[in-house]
Amino acid sequence: MAAITLTVNNKQYKIDVDPQMPLLWAIRDFVGLKGTKFGCGMAQCGACTVLMDGNPVRSCSTPVTAAANKKISTIEGLSDSIEHPVQQAWIEFQVPQCGYCQSGQIMTAVAFLKKNPNPTEEQIDAAMQGNLCRCGTYPRIRKAVKRAAELMKAKPF
Amino acid sequence: MRTTLSRRRFLRLSSFTGAGLIIGLNGVDGKAFGQLVNLSNDAELVGVTPFVLIDPKGGITIYNTKPELGQGTFQSIPSLIAEELDLTLDLVTIRQSGGQIELGADQFSGGSASIRTSYTKYRKVGAAAREMLVTAASQAWGVPAQECITENGKVLHKASNRSATYQELAAAAAKLEVPKDPKLKDPSQFILLGKRIKRPDIPLKSNGTAVFGIDVEVPGMLYASIERCPVFGGKLISFDDAAAKKVKGVQQVITCERLIGKYRFEGVAVLADNYWASVQGRKALKVKWDYQGYEKFSLTAYEQQLRELAKSEGVVDHTKGDFDKAFAEAPTKLEAFYETPMVSHSPMEPMNCLAHWKENNQIEIWTSTQVPFSIKNSFSKEYKVKPEDITVHVQFNGGGFGRRLYPDYVHEAVQLSKKAGKPVKAIWTREDDTQQGPFRPMTFSAFKGALDANKKPVAFQHKVVSPSIGAATNPNYDKTKTDGGMTEGISEQAYEIPNMKNLYVHADMHVPLAAWRAVTSTTLAFSHECFLDEMAVKAGADPMAFRLSMLDSKQSDTKRLLEKLKEVSNWDKPLPAGWGRGVAQWEFFAGLAGNVVEVSKKGDGIKIEKVYAVIDLGTLVNPDMVEAQVEGAIVMAITAAIKNGIRIENGKTIQSNFHNNPILKITETPPIEVFILAEGGEKIKGVGEPGLPPLAPALCNAIFAATGKRIRRLPFDINKI
Repeated sequence: MAAITLTVNNKQYKIDVDPQMPLLWAIRDFVGLKGTKFGCGMAQCGACTVLMDGNPVRSCSTPVTAAANKKISTIEGLSDSIEHPVQQAWIEFQVPQCGYCQSGQIMTAVAFLKKNPNPTEEQIDAAMQGNLCRCGTYPRIRKAVKRAAELMKAKPF
Repeated sequence: MRTTLSRRRFLRLSSFTGAGLIIGLNGVDGKAFGQLVNLSNDAELVGVTPFVLIDPKGGITIYNTKPELGQGTFQSIPSLIAEELDLTLDLVTIRQSGGQIELGADQFSGGSASIRTSYTKYRKVGAAAREMLVTAASQAWGVPAQECITENGKVLHKASNRSATYQELAAAAAKLEVPKDPKLKDPSQFILLGKRIKRPDIPLKSNGTAVFGIDVEVPGMLYASIERCPVFGGKLISFDDAAAKKVKGVQQVITCERLIGKYRFEGVAVLADNYWASVQGRKALKVKWDYQGYEKFSLTAYEQQLRELAKSEGVVDHTKGDFDKAFAEAPTKLEAFYETPMVSHSPMEPMNCLAHWKENNQIEIWTSTQVPFSIKNSFSKEYKVKPEDITVHVQFNGGGFGRRLYPDYVHEAVQLSKKAGKPVKAIWTREDDTQQGPFRPMTFSAFKGALDANKKPVAFQHKVVSPSIGAATNPNYDKTKTDGGMTEGISEQAYEIPNMKNLYVHADMHVPLAAWRAVTSTTLAFSHECFLDEMAVKAGADPMAFRLSMLDSKQSDTKRLLEKLKEVSNWDKPLPAGWGRGVAQWEFFAGLAGNVVEVSKKGDGIKIEKVYAVIDLGTLVNPDMVEAQVEGAIVMAITAAIKNGIRIENGKTIQSNFHNNPILKITETPPIEVFILAEGGEKIKGVGEPGLPPLAPALCNAIFAATGKRIRRLPFDINKI
């Protein structure tokens, strides 16, 4: 067991866990934030995507110890009332179906648009290709990421 | 079965403050849709379930009876009721029903059935409530009811400038009889139905607050991870849990039984105070299995058996005219054999269930499921408890696709909680989900077709060779008869061919099999519509014209659909060199849709350039939701056509996770354009499934058009044609 301090959405959480525990389960079961999802456990689907110092990581395959002293952002920390441009675009295009993968999709899109505010369609596809969606919402994800980029230009978040 | 819900219990569940209007159903023995009744003043709510509830001191609650899997019932079912009450959904609290026995057996999500079977009956619920509220207002004001209108949750009498909210009128309305035949709105007056209304669950799914089964916690619960036999059909001999119990956090190691279809498989569960510990404990288990000889099972060998079985006559599924004679005498004949794989459902949310078997033998269940009614009904029998002592809290489903029609994972959690004496949340790993089934079965198909001297189709035969979903679930399955579940749709196509004889050959299988989105149509449409293309080629005809020529004599939905596809895809417009286009349609129990697919040669492979889809609905609830369902169905169908499928060797599933059982990525998703045929009226067809079957045949027909290569086996490698 190891006592670890996690900084999640600018709040500090002291937890005592197996140092090998993936960040995903620390976030879900010890920090208590359930928006980050378990999909595969081997960094294949992206449902567990969170941001670590602004970069998207697969929390299911990141040991919790690697997250100590880093700033973790999860879907819950994105905005207070769903006003982040990516969330707004997700609503505008009615992207989610079952919704299970969408926290990961949104976090990947957020990190991507920060680095590339003027993406082409090919760049959007390349950035989003690690996030799987069994419902097949890809056509709408494409449109929504593009739209979010426009929204962010008008009103930087 | 009549059951008693105490009023107190019901009111606590709904936070109802009393003296309001509640409309629901009387006892219906869990089968038919019962009589609508006024429940407001019942001392005891006997055998009834509310649909709409207007609380004088609170809000308006509408119940959704169809679990939300992504198909949009969380909006569409409440909209049917709200529409007739002239309520927009922002004025309503939507609650998910929990499989109450009284509500009836149709309390499930499957078969693309939600709207096509509920459209009018739920509108009547809303219309009845509205009529009662209007009557209450007209009596209070002494004005004719027909002078009153409703909008925004109020009854208005404009001539006298009076208005009252539904909440203010609820107590008076509660004293009235429920009208037997309430007047339904004219569709021209709709504010919700048929409109592109934003779904109320989308914001929750965009900020992480939507609660899925896997997200529920209760105090004192343990987490479980379950080791099951890697060989289908194996039995537990013994296990050594010494090392597992040394893992910090592990509390108990106990067995449970997985009930799936007609099978019962024993597993060993490691219960711990967090999920990670339960998984580590499970890895430390030493389990001995008796494989019962099933370790010799090879899917490759099984497929060879199917090819051999195809030579047997089979049982007749459908006949028309005299196929044997027409085929024997025809000047032009062709035969072909098609093969398809087993596939997994792989919803993004792995199977999971939280169950609490309490000391008083009441069972509380929190899970993602498509079948809350069936859980209450069947678990009551299995565990010898009263149905009303089983409470199912249906959460948002992280995908279903047919997988969550089977509550095997719920059985495991319920048993573990009983044995452990605590609430237990069992979570499957992705490997469990991929390897343990149930799977969509494969179908192999032998075809015979014949053309007359004028190159018109005169004889057609589709012989299906397959294991059976029915046989996997029903211990009394009759192998001597045809199996409508496995010949789904092959005798329902509108094409007029004078002589047909469709056949079924059953093959035994010991692996759990299941319905998968669009069920057997997902494999049979591929072979059927590709073989029709082969006939068109043999006839020297354009594949679209060939199909339409078989629909000449009368108007049909299929004809209309193909004509629409022809128009929207610019079928007759030449394509660039190296491109090809293909068409396919499929009609089956769930509905009717068709695709035109355009492909181009790219290196050694093929690129899908564009998919045009037309779905035939008649009447619909939300066109945006329909488009989303068709887009998603096409993505799922492309995965099933070109990705691995499930292979079983040495009795074990080879695939384990998304790296070797991949699903389509955004980079592989072609542009998709969806067109909806919906002229209104009585006809209502399904939405969730019909978009899927036509994709694979339209794609393979397009590949033939582009390359001359006929694909007769799925899956295929699209990068190497």
